Amino acid sequence: MIIAEQKSLEELKSLVGTAEKVLVVGCGTCVTVCFAGGAREAAITSASLRMSSKLDGSPKQVSDVTVQRQCEWEYLDQIAEQVGQVDIVLSLGCGIGVQAIAEHFPQVWVVPGLNTKFLGLPTEQGVWAERCAACGDCILGLTGGICPIARCSKSLLNGPCGGSEAGHCEVSPDIPCAWQLIYDRLTSLGRLNVLLDLQPPKNWRTSRDGGPRQIVREDLRLHIEED
Amino acid sequence: MMANTNGYLVGSNLERVLKAGHFAVTAELGPPQSAEGDVIRKKAGLLRGYCDAVNLTDNQTAIVRLSSIAAGAILVQEGLEPIIQMTCRDRNRLAIQSDLLGAAALGIRNLLCLTGDHQTFGNHPSAKNVFDIDSLQMVQMVTAMRDERTFQCGDSFKGPEPRFFVGAAAAPFADPVDFRPLRLAKKAKAGANFIQTQLVYDIPAFEKFMAKVRALGVHKQTYILAGVGPLKSPAMAKYMKSNVPGILVPDELIERMELAGAPWAGKSKEELTKDDKKARSAAWQAEGIQICIELINKLHQIEGVSGVHIMAIEWEDAVRPIVEGAGLSPRPVVTESPPLAAALG
Repeated sequence: MIIAEQKSLEELKSLVGTAEKVLVVGCGTCVTVCFAGGAREAAITSASLRMSSKLDGSPKQVSDVTVQRQCEWEYLDQIAEQVGQVDIVLSLGCGIGVQAIAEHFPQVWVVPGLNTKFLGLPTEQGVWAERCAACGDCILGLTGGICPIARCSKSLLNGPCGGSEAGHCEVSPDIPCAWQLIYDRLTSLGRLNVLLDLQPPKNWRTSRDGGPRQIVREDLRLHIEED
Repeated sequence: MMANTNGYLVGSNLERVLKAGHFAVTAELGPPQSAEGDVIRKKAGLLRGYCDAVNLTDNQTAIVRLSSIAAGAILVQEGLEPIIQMTCRDRNRLAIQSDLLGAAALGIRNLLCLTGDHQTFGNHPSAKNVFDIDSLQMVQMVTAMRDERTFQCGDSFKGPEPRFFVGAAAAPFADPVDFRPLRLAKKAKAGANFIQTQLVYDIPAFEKFMAKVRALGVHKQTYILAGVGPLKSPAMAKYMKSNVPGILVPDELIERMELAGAPWAGKSKEELTKDDKKARSAAWQAEGIQICIELINKLHQIEGVSGVHIMAIEWEDAVRPIVEGAGLSPRPVVTESPPLAAALG
């Protein structure tokens, strides 16, 4: 899922600026699960902004609402009325949610309340880690199900580099070396021979390097018959 | 049109010395963090005659320095042979190939392909990195530029191809240790003509590594130059032992360095005069150079080690006493064609 974390209250106040009527919009999917922008966080953020604006001497009207998914038009339609009544929308969705609001409500000023961090999972209560870089051409079949694009600091295809030590990356003792993980897993599965092949340079065109991406599925599109 | 290299891949001095079967000596030169070309000329003067080729680091430890290719061009002017280092951190495949065409046009004929230290170590930690290709893929790419006369995309050269004697690095003691000989084998398979290793201080550990390398036959596919470097002080030895990944410094060597400074050990920081510090530093350095000479002599005995790469960082004047002390001076001059039996790589 998409992992995000909240911006500081100071930054939120600066983003909201002089707007008087504020709508905080939470999202009920990924950012709810990672405790960054669900209904609970939307209510807390809303109360914090209300209180701090009062303390600053210029009280704002701050309300909050949470939709099932900020990244789908049908859920955004449900809050159209509330959005129309405020000066600014503070989205607690990921970067996709913020942009969906901007795209769906062209007349509304929307600002982000979160920093969208990565695609990952909770490895334990309170800890989230990156797992996928959405490179568009999955190579997990070559690496025992551990992604070196997302998890090696240098995205090496023929790792490990010389900076692997005691299982961690040279960048930080908190980062496990992806290639040590790959090596251990393939060794335990008796498939180390996979690592002896030279992997050719990656085609990064399927990644962001090919420009912004979109997928068109003709089999799913609703075609309008034209005369 | 293939270049005439008289039976050599490239004909660089390094290739000639190795193919003739001599124990090769390369040394490292760190370009300055400024535009001062004279520093390179001065350091080149310290190395002249004491090594077969000189490595020029490429923004080493991710700190911006005068470019390795520009420094290499200065060395060519000075009559020394450069090995330019090239990392995957700062350039994509277009930039690497373009810079290598330029390097070849400037008369540079040896190249060391490296992954590169992560930029978060250096003086621009907020920089974006590249890592479009990795070091093995770079070896393959530059080997194909030379031997297939093609760019990475597959297009053929219309003019002369860049010809490099291609090197790669090995970290014998980095983790996972058991994979290191196999990774070296991959580098040889990718086309590396020579290998320069990370610093070796622990001879028994390196012997174990080389035994595995020999079992894989890799020492017959590529020339392996063991990395050595003089210790400057006990503190440097301890720092490397505990803070630099992939470097093993035996306690015995740290003790030797401490012993060298023993005459001054009784004095407190306040009691040490400037002259004391100078004398202690000289004693440490002399011991560091002596240890380095002994390491070279031991490495020379290991089957499959074709030479040494001396990394005396910011201490280039240590190279001469090391090379002389190890009996590796004067350096050979190889003018004839390569002997057929030794023509590997």
